[in-house]
Amino acid sequence: MIQEQADAVLGHPVHPDSNVFVRILEWLPLPEMIPGWVVTFGGVMLGMSIFLAVMSVLVMFCVWMERKVSGHIQCRTGPMYAGGWHGWAQSLADGVKLLLKEDMIPKDADRTLFWIAPAIVLGSIFGAMVAFPLSYDWWFGRMDLGVFAILALSSTTTIGVVMAGWASASKWSLYGAMREAAQVVAYEIPLGLSLLAPLFVLGTFSLTEASAMQSGWFGMKWAIFTNPFLIPAFLIYVVAALAETKRAPFDLPEAESELVAGFMTEYSGIRWSFFFFEEYAAMLLMSVLGAFFWFGGFESPLTGALRASGMEDTSLVFSLVCFGTVLFKGFVGIFLMMWLRWTLPRVRIDQVMTMGYKYLTPLALFCVLGAASWEALQHLIFS
Amino acid sequence: MSNSTSNTPEKEHKSSYRTEERRTLSSGEEEFFFDVKTSDMEVNMGPQHPATHGVMRVLIRCDGELVTGSQVHLGYLHRCAEKIGENVEWLQYLPYTDRYDYLAAMNNNLGYSMAVEALMPGLEIPRRAVLLRTINVELNRIASHLVAYGTYGLDIGAITPFLYAFREREWIQSLFEKICGARLTYSYIRIGGVFNDAPPGWLKEVGHFCDVFEEKWKEYRDLLALNHIFIKRTAHVGVIPKDMAIDFGLTGPMLRGSGVDFDLRRDMPYMAYGEAYEAGAFKVPVGSGEKGELGDCWDRFYVRVEEMMESIKLVRWCLGVIEDGPIIGEIPKVIKVPAGEAYVGIENPRGELGHYVHSDGGKIAVRCRVRGPSFTNIAVVEELMPGTLLADSVAIIGSTDIVIGETDR
Repeated sequence: MIQEQADAVLGHPVHPDSNVFVRILEWLPLPEMIPGWVVTFGGVMLGMSIFLAVMSVLVMFCVWMERKVSGHIQCRTGPMYAGGWHGWAQSLADGVKLLLKEDMIPKDADRTLFWIAPAIVLGSIFGAMVAFPLSYDWWFGRMDLGVFAILALSSTTTIGVVMAGWASASKWSLYGAMREAAQVVAYEIPLGLSLLAPLFVLGTFSLTEASAMQSGWFGMKWAIFTNPFLIPAFLIYVVAALAETKRAPFDLPEAESELVAGFMTEYSGIRWSFFFFEEYAAMLLMSVLGAFFWFGGFESPLTGALRASGMEDTSLVFSLVCFGTVLFKGFVGIFLMMWLRWTLPRVRIDQVMTMGYKYLTPLALFCVLGAASWEALQHLIFS
Repeated sequence: MSNSTSNTPEKEHKSSYRTEERRTLSSGEEEFFFDVKTSDMEVNMGPQHPATHGVMRVLIRCDGELVTGSQVHLGYLHRCAEKIGENVEWLQYLPYTDRYDYLAAMNNNLGYSMAVEALMPGLEIPRRAVLLRTINVELNRIASHLVAYGTYGLDIGAITPFLYAFREREWIQSLFEKICGARLTYSYIRIGGVFNDAPPGWLKEVGHFCDVFEEKWKEYRDLLALNHIFIKRTAHVGVIPKDMAIDFGLTGPMLRGSGVDFDLRRDMPYMAYGEAYEAGAFKVPVGSGEKGELGDCWDRFYVRVEEMMESIKLVRWCLGVIEDGPIIGEIPKVIKVPAGEAYVGIENPRGELGHYVHSDGGKIAVRCRVRGPSFTNIAVVEELMPGTLLADSVAIIGSTDIVIGETDR
């Protein structure tokens, strides 16, 4: 029913028939003898590589942004030299530096796990990103249960982190890993529950549909404006997302003043940068997810105006606007996370646990119930 | 060869970790139990660790996150400061005093100079020198407390206050640079006075600094000391009761944080402090247990924060009464100190910094002993650690505000 509603809002099925890159390949004048599955497979592969590249650039932008934001918060300028304009190439330069650094593995480390851990961490977070549609027309993995996929894959990073901490054969790393495990288990619940509230309101697990459901009111029918219980749910989501992404004030797994660098104490060079990448990718993931379910996803007055002017949802300009809108919302969220990181002290492990289990989980449940009851009431009154 | 021998005990250790023992009970039943021992883990915090503020090593015994015991190892920065004092001339030792508590070098200069001056009864220190000493010592106290403020923020996980604190500290350092040419190791306060008069406009700039700092101070207090998470992290943590503080010989903010109202500047006045206190220029902040218990980490921290403000008031008062005049008493080129012994304790930012000097009338001290506040204060850490969490242990070490250069000397 929701799918039909969303289709009705948009005037066409929310999911186009195939992956955008498959369509590009189909559109190209390829020789007849290439079988269809090769085209499909090639399209998916091409799409994944382009997607990975785009996400890597975004993550590098996040790193640069963090340095600039922290710099300006701390009365500094941040990087200014690399690349010329405001040190835009700093992340690239750092990447090259990290690639060239010596790759060290501690003598007592479990070499296999030590090798695999960063790959799992990075792989799972980029895997989760595949579930994101870039616009109504552009997507890579067709996910009707996109939220599940994102939550499931992004929590897999924990396994990588615990592996890294255990394999490093360092007590500080072990502490970091154990803290990560405890923290993520505690905050997975409120995170999922707080997401359940907008899911009730929007009635869909699919991100594209969720966005389409919020396209009324000239692109401003954002979920958070339609149900009062979504506001506390969003606050819970912010806290839980901070804990999930190991960001301050919940950066206990890598608490630099206590555990040296937590689970990544023994990592160096490019392997270390995988963890670093993961942190920013996770931030991007959580921010964009929040944007999809509370703040309209692709929808904004801009898309409202474009739609009013009669533009097709599947047109190139509209897709670009959608992509830009959701990215902008994501980066607002990232900026918020950075702002918090450079302002707040770190909480203690018992406080983290107390907050997760004793306060956030019941509150999130309350929000879910509230949001659901509000929807039911609306349904009773208006229909 | 050496590799294989070093590996053997390790492997044994690893296998013993997972042994599964099985024995037959008298009833004939077989009993299974896994030999999974939960034993305390010993972790080395330091000598290279961000929480130890230098090369100190704290051996912490942990049961998971819970700290069950600790042992502080000192001596990684031992530089024989006291022995050097017995081998160089009186004035030559002055630069060495800069180097033990490198965050409060002015105070160290003053302590040593006062100890030597105590043995020279005919020496009179000009009033301008007294006031310049007081101004610089108090500015140095602010600079030192700013580091304590900033690094404690770092320990708790707030990085930004550190940079704010260093911005003001930078200004103080540039003020010192203007008056003595050095930014960290000043050797400015000499036996008999100070070695350089304030350059033109310097006192005015100090006044300007006081104006700016007063505004910033409120910001800093609200940003860190009154931050909710910060209070949650530090209140009720590392509580030192009054009697324990006295028993351990704690001094300075550590002592006052426990509610003992004792400050050498007021109780055994030196330089211009007696006069200033009578004029009401400063108060002695004492911990009150406002946010938690009396003598917890927050109290100690807040005493330091408040002391910065009191120091500003003191500097203001000095700026009001300072007049032109000579800056150093009559001191010969080669100082010969009359025979005798003297102990002078002054209020360093970290507590009582005592200098004991023993002269036989010659050019070189017979004995030069330093009673460092950090060295005494660090003793209490081992007592506070058991029963806290690992994160608390960092908060406790940070709240002692030690300078390793001075614990080890």
